[in-house]
Amino acid sequence: MIALLFPPPDWALLGEIFIRFLLLSLLATGGALAIAPAMHDYLVGQRALLTDAQFVGAIALAQSAPGPNVLFVTVLGWQAAGFWGAAAMTAGALLPSALLAVYAGRIVGNNPQSRFMRALREGLAPLAIGLTFATGVLLITPWVEDLRMMAVVLVITVIAYKTKLQPIFMIMAGALLGGFGLLG
Amino acid sequence: MSKLSPAEGSNPSASDLYWSFTKMSLQAFGGVLPLAERMIVGERQWLTKREFVEMLGISQTLPGPNIINLSLMLGDKFQGPRGAFAAVMGCLSFPILIVSALALFYQSVSDQPIAQGALRGMSAVSVGLVLAMGFRLLGTQKDFKVGWLAIACTVIGVGVFGLKLTMAILVFGLPTLLVRYWQIARKARQEAQ
Repeated sequence: MIALLFPPPDWALLGEIFIRFLLLSLLATGGALAIAPAMHDYLVGQRALLTDAQFVGAIALAQSAPGPNVLFVTVLGWQAAGFWGAAAMTAGALLPSALLAVYAGRIVGNNPQSRFMRALREGLAPLAIGLTFATGVLLITPWVEDLRMMAVVLVITVIAYKTKLQPIFMIMAGALLGGFGLLG
Repeated sequence: MSKLSPAEGSNPSASDLYWSFTKMSLQAFGGVLPLAERMIVGERQWLTKREFVEMLGISQTLPGPNIINLSLMLGDKFQGPRGAFAAVMGCLSFPILIVSALALFYQSVSDQPIAQGALRGMSAVSVGLVLAMGFRLLGTQKDFKVGWLAIACTVIGVGVFGLKLTMAILVFGLPTLLVRYWQIARKARQEAQ
């Protein structure tokens, strides 16, 4: 078990992951879910460190825990490379944007309503929204022929959009449905 | 941030910041921001509503998760880098432990069909939540037609054709940004006349 949690660190891989996530972090306008497609492309596609099911599972686990959704990267890290993977991905995904927030925040904070700041905020919003949907599309792709999974996605989309029901209850319902083997 | 003291006399210490953000993040399942406003503007009165909205606007513009950026900027405003560190650690430290415990627990039972089924169900719900978030954000774009086009192109380009993020930023993000700047500038000119 311990060996599983703390695999001997593969420093070359960890370094590559860390740098990859550092760069992504700086492109993450609109939050962590907006760069999920890029993470997916790297972790599931190019490096084949994770499966589709593990990737979406990480997002599900993070959403079922309290705290910011960005912590799905911590789960991805654990799954891909144990403790050091979790540390590399979490630090990589958070550090650059965090430093920028403090230093850029001090500069632009003096004039948040300037034309440039408004254009930046409003002009990048469509990209962030598009990327959020793209994340959704990418994640359902493996299930397109699975009617029951697609039905759950659809129903939850409507409920979460139309009502203020706490997400944790929906996730618990999903866990029950799936746990009883009703979703194949 | 400009040196202003929002609610008179509020000057939280680093430890105040850490524990307040810890308490808040531990109550937040699926979205920390609504709770952040309640805590920062309502209960603790660290910022006025207007200051909160402005700070949130900046944190949305900068890369990175909004709540993380917001906590950093708020902490920095009161206690400099120490405060920023305390606030962001409040957001992250306990949640990281919890999410890691969940990940490890799942790994230890992941060969059980029940656990696999449960995570499969949770995953479907999760994707529904992501899509619903997208639809809620769409509501903010009502009067920005070019924005709709950029959204559609991004979804199809990235979601269906696997376009790279950097390409999406260059091809869809930057033009939208320029159009928006031009629109804002034009509106300002018209109002000036």
